[in-house]
Amino acid sequence: MNVERIRQDFPILAQLVNGKPLVYLDNAATTQKPRQVIDAIRRYYEEYNANVHRSIHTLGERATAAYEEARAKVAAFIDAPEPATCIFVRNASEGLNLVAYSYGMQVLRPGDEILLSPLEHHSNLVPWQLVARRTGARLRFLPMRPDGTLELERLPEVLTERTRIVAVAHASNTLGAILPVKAIAEAAHAVGAVVVVDGAQSVPHMPVSVRELDVDFLAFSGHKMMGPMGIGVLYGKRELLERMDPFLGGGEMIRSVTYEESTWNDIPWKFEAGTPNVEGAVGLAAAIDYINEVVGGVANIQRHEHDLVQYAMRRLRESFPEIRIYGPEENRAGILAFTFGDLHPHDVATVLDAEGVAIRAGHHCTMPLHREVLQVVATNRASFYVYNTREDVDRLVEALGKVKEFFSHVA
Amino acid sequence: MSLEHDPRYAVNLNELYKQVLMDHFARPRNKGRLDEADFTVHLENPTCGDTIEVQLKVRDGRVEEVRWQGHGCSISMASASMTTQAIKGKTLAEAAQFLSRCRAMIKGEPGDYKELGELQALSGVAKFPVRVKCATLAWNAVEEGLKRVQP
Repeated sequence: MNVERIRQDFPILAQLVNGKPLVYLDNAATTQKPRQVIDAIRRYYEEYNANVHRSIHTLGERATAAYEEARAKVAAFIDAPEPATCIFVRNASEGLNLVAYSYGMQVLRPGDEILLSPLEHHSNLVPWQLVARRTGARLRFLPMRPDGTLELERLPEVLTERTRIVAVAHASNTLGAILPVKAIAEAAHAVGAVVVVDGAQSVPHMPVSVRELDVDFLAFSGHKMMGPMGIGVLYGKRELLERMDPFLGGGEMIRSVTYEESTWNDIPWKFEAGTPNVEGAVGLAAAIDYINEVVGGVANIQRHEHDLVQYAMRRLRESFPEIRIYGPEENRAGILAFTFGDLHPHDVATVLDAEGVAIRAGHHCTMPLHREVLQVVATNRASFYVYNTREDVDRLVEALGKVKEFFSHVA
Repeated sequence: MSLEHDPRYAVNLNELYKQVLMDHFARPRNKGRLDEADFTVHLENPTCGDTIEVQLKVRDGRVEEVRWQGHGCSISMASASMTTQAIKGKTLAEAAQFLSRCRAMIKGEPGDYKELGELQALSGVAKFPVRVKCATLAWNAVEEGLKRVQP
């Protein structure tokens, strides 16, 4: 994998921000897109834009073929047993909401339990709060150490015969911790619960096989893996998807409609009401091709990010005794949340931006994790992807030096 | 590879972090709690988790005493310090008018804002749209308090 060559594929990286070459370290929020993805979307609109599944003409057939080919590519990428188990949604949030409403509303009864981890992104917490409120189910949380590693030996305390759903992130968007999803799934299945995985921060960054992990549902977003915004995927086991009611009603998702009632289409279309995001599916397929063909597979991204995050932790600690890095030392994704002395993350991020370095500052949609576990209001977060380099880390360190200098006259 | 630079986005940190603002951040005024407050308002900035609590004591239609406490960035804390200092002693109507002038300034509306005194230091925030919410957190809290006095 040649990072310098890969960088040439990303037009957006070749710019100055505030007079300095851009260092983009906000990849956990969204990734940049290579020319190959941008071109695939342009080609779709210039050559074969049409509505899918219903147009009896050549363009319609081409668009439908491209949309379904994209589904097959997605299925292969996460090692799903068949394309029909991959539903196109807007993003991971929508996929998780789909499971919460269609599956959760169907199975949850008063007193049932939904087990979550304490590091969930709001999108794998709030939908469950809403569904719990409507069904009388109750939320419980996995015991976790402050660095985001789970106390698996205490799993039997919270995983009971009342547990119907276990919903966890595969990788924490704040701490970078990678959760032992396979072990969680095994324990959950033993008590008859289904496992819902938020793969937003894992699928783009490491090999993920839904069969090997044996999870029941997995949701992820295209835009965090070099695809466009507005396309995401929900994988679900066939027997569960078939048993579930639709999430949204409309075109495409029906078999037969009378004025009184309707019957549903087969999966996956049962869950794809209305004209889908064909442009997004085509772009996501191009992103998967890019990962497989240019990057040489997602395992290369994982290795590269591991090198960057370890290098960054070492450089930051050597350079700044006042830095505090959150999350585990090992087995972490390319995500680095930190606080810098007493400086508020917004102040840090503003000065970094003036140096051309883009990071995230805030609670990263994990408000309870920040308040109750990390016990800070907000953190800074640098997150890496395939096109980042050790030089980017050096620029971050250098820019933090400027932050320190700039605020040195205060307190 | 062409390196383009759009001057619209040039950042001048000194315009944002003015001396007087940093002074209020380092030595906040009116910070603390009142023993007997008439109105207490607690607000949060959902994007960053910053929190502020403003307490008002009102006598004869005037802000007799005001205190605040909270956690946040330099802009939000300095804004709380300067704003509470500015409204102390003002009538409720004067305080409301003062804050609406502050909002006009931070929206970048042209005009003379001399009457805002030290709060003019926040004029530079207008050029940092993502930081406007930091500056206005304390204003929202004070306005909420004023509304409770005169619903």
